[in-house]
Amino acid sequence: MKTPKFIDNTKAFEAALLAPAMAGVRYTLRLFITGTTPRCVRAIQNLHALCEANLPGQYDLEVIDIYQHPEQAKPEQIVVTPTLIKQFPLPLRRMIGDLSDKERVLTGLGIPRRQLARERNA
Amino acid sequence: MRSTKTKPVNGKADHGSLPKCLTGIHGLDEITLGGLPRGRPTLVCGGAGCGKTLLGIEFLVRGATLFGEPGVCVSFEETEEELTSNVESLGFNLATLVKQKKLAIDHVQVERNLIEETGDYDLEALFVRIGHAVDAIGAKRVLLDSVEALFAGLEDESVLRSELRRLFRWLKDRNLTTIVTGERGQGTLTRHGLEEYISDCVILLDHQVRETILTRRLRVVKYRGSTHGMNEYPFLIESDGISVLPVTSMDLKYKSSDERVSTGVPALDEMFGGKGYFRGNSILVSGTSGTGKTSLTTHFVDAACGRGEKCVFFSFEEPADQIIRNMRSIGIDLQRWVDKGLLHFHSVRPTTYGLEMHLVKIHKVIQEFAPSLVVVDPVTGLLHAGTAYETRSILLRMIDFLKERQITAILTTLTSGTAIQEQTEVEISSLVDAWLLLRDIESRGERNRGIYILKARGVAHSNQIREFLLTSHGVELREVYLGEAGMLTGSARVTQEAKDESAALIGRQEIERKQLLLQRKRQALDAQIAALQLDLETEVQESEQLIAQEKLKVEKWEQDRGVMVTSRYGNSGTQKENGRPAATAGKGK
Repeated sequence: MKTPKFIDNTKAFEAALLAPAMAGVRYTLRLFITGTTPRCVRAIQNLHALCEANLPGQYDLEVIDIYQHPEQAKPEQIVVTPTLIKQFPLPLRRMIGDLSDKERVLTGLGIPRRQLARERNA
Repeated sequence: MRSTKTKPVNGKADHGSLPKCLTGIHGLDEITLGGLPRGRPTLVCGGAGCGKTLLGIEFLVRGATLFGEPGVCVSFEETEEELTSNVESLGFNLATLVKQKKLAIDHVQVERNLIEETGDYDLEALFVRIGHAVDAIGAKRVLLDSVEALFAGLEDESVLRSELRRLFRWLKDRNLTTIVTGERGQGTLTRHGLEEYISDCVILLDHQVRETILTRRLRVVKYRGSTHGMNEYPFLIESDGISVLPVTSMDLKYKSSDERVSTGVPALDEMFGGKGYFRGNSILVSGTSGTGKTSLTTHFVDAACGRGEKCVFFSFEEPADQIIRNMRSIGIDLQRWVDKGLLHFHSVRPTTYGLEMHLVKIHKVIQEFAPSLVVVDPVTGLLHAGTAYETRSILLRMIDFLKERQITAILTTLTSGTAIQEQTEVEISSLVDAWLLLRDIESRGERNRGIYILKARGVAHSNQIREFLLTSHGVELREVYLGEAGMLTGSARVTQEAKDESAALIGRQEIERKQLLLQRKRQALDAQIAALQLDLETEVQESEQLIAQEKLKVEKWEQDRGVMVTSRYGNSGTQKENGRPAATAGKGK
């Protein structure tokens, strides 16, 4: 019997996850807010800062005010605001809240921890 | 307020100014005296599978179809497709309603494992979603089923609680009549204590299994600002939705008919003061087994059908075919009434389901068929489905229900041989208007049937026991023989009657003989009278003749005397004048 070639699964998985960010893939992000409540404003600011730091020039961000587009809430299954949806690259991820927990946001966005560490050092 | 469209509801006595919203659910509007609080949320809670969602959906569907109030269903658990197919079996076509813009379904999905919480949030988006759906179809009703799913989807319970409080407030502000469902918790009405926020109206659904029979129950736990039925009411989930068992009438206010109708047995009508029973009466027919209870009741049915009235026969012991066959043997053809659609049989084993279910079934059949006479044969059969106490309360409700609709009820009850005859096993005698007691009369090696009216309210009824015969042409009543030897029935009565007959015959003959004798005497006397009369006439004739002769004699003598005088006194003036005519007369002769 032939022994299958050993593959480091964990490594491969991590690499695959981080690949998009590494490879400079453009991110498509959608942020759903309800008007200009402090919480929503905070979410926009947090997201902006985060993206500029980690994905400079590498993302498209659409901010949708569902007060103005209430019909968008149903198809996107928006229940709470603010909600951030990472539409591309896959997998699709949703994050809720004002995005103040940066580590969670970055994990959700699939941005390498190394980058995060660098940011911390800086 | 849409008061013109509402169907009549018992609860007109409610003086509260609280506006209410009819649910359109069978029986629920009666219990709540007019529906749920309008423009406020109502909590419907209960364990798994007790029909919360169904109640909510029916509330929306009835609102959309009966009352022109569109509704929004916010489902946290089932998708639109699932919901649609789930309630399809109840005849609710959600897809059509959605198409007609009478209903909107929004499936709100919150999956904790797909969501990363990264900070503060609120439920504003849910508000927007509901608001959008409500505005799109102009909804007046909302169902949140079940909002507690949010607790599973979102981590921050304190945020959720304050947001839910805000949600209910918001729904109230928008004047939306809302049903919020909640899973029942341990020791609390809902697992997450929703009852804290919804305090206007709380309805608890429940199901109990007792002696392997399941009964669903509904109770209005609280209804702020309104009176309501306090009891647990059984309800059914049936092919056309929920029906809550209509309440026992809270007051005795039904009208009474003055119309008297025939029992179908002329002699029995005679016993009922000659005119039969009052329409809408409840009549109890009790007796030991084999006394002819069913046979007697079919007479009532036959008579009613013969008048063109509809009847329903609830049988707990025999299938319809058997009853029809058996009654044919006493000359009653029930099949023709069944064929004409005037008679409906509802035969079911008492143990098939619980008492309440029986009652609900009875109600349903009666409402659909709208009969004027109902037979329950026998009510004691229901004892198999529950305790005596429960049976009594069910029967009370049934009698109430029938009276309210002016439906005559014939209830048969089986008394066991050892029991006191004038007492029913289920003790409903005080509820009924008339009571016919059938009994066995044993004497001289025979068993005969007797019948008497124990009571008949408002009827001058007979106090006599009649013998009750089942003949090939139906029930016949005979007067029992009351003689020196006591009450005689059966062959003893027949013998006695024969004896009486012969005695009477002898008596009659004697009278005839006496009359004949008298006649003869009279004839004889008449003859005598005639003879005497004849004698008298002869006598009279003879006498008259004699008298005439005597008169002639006298005349003759006087003439002769005149002649003599004339001849003696020829020139005497006065004598002359007097005598001349006599002389001329005499000459002339």
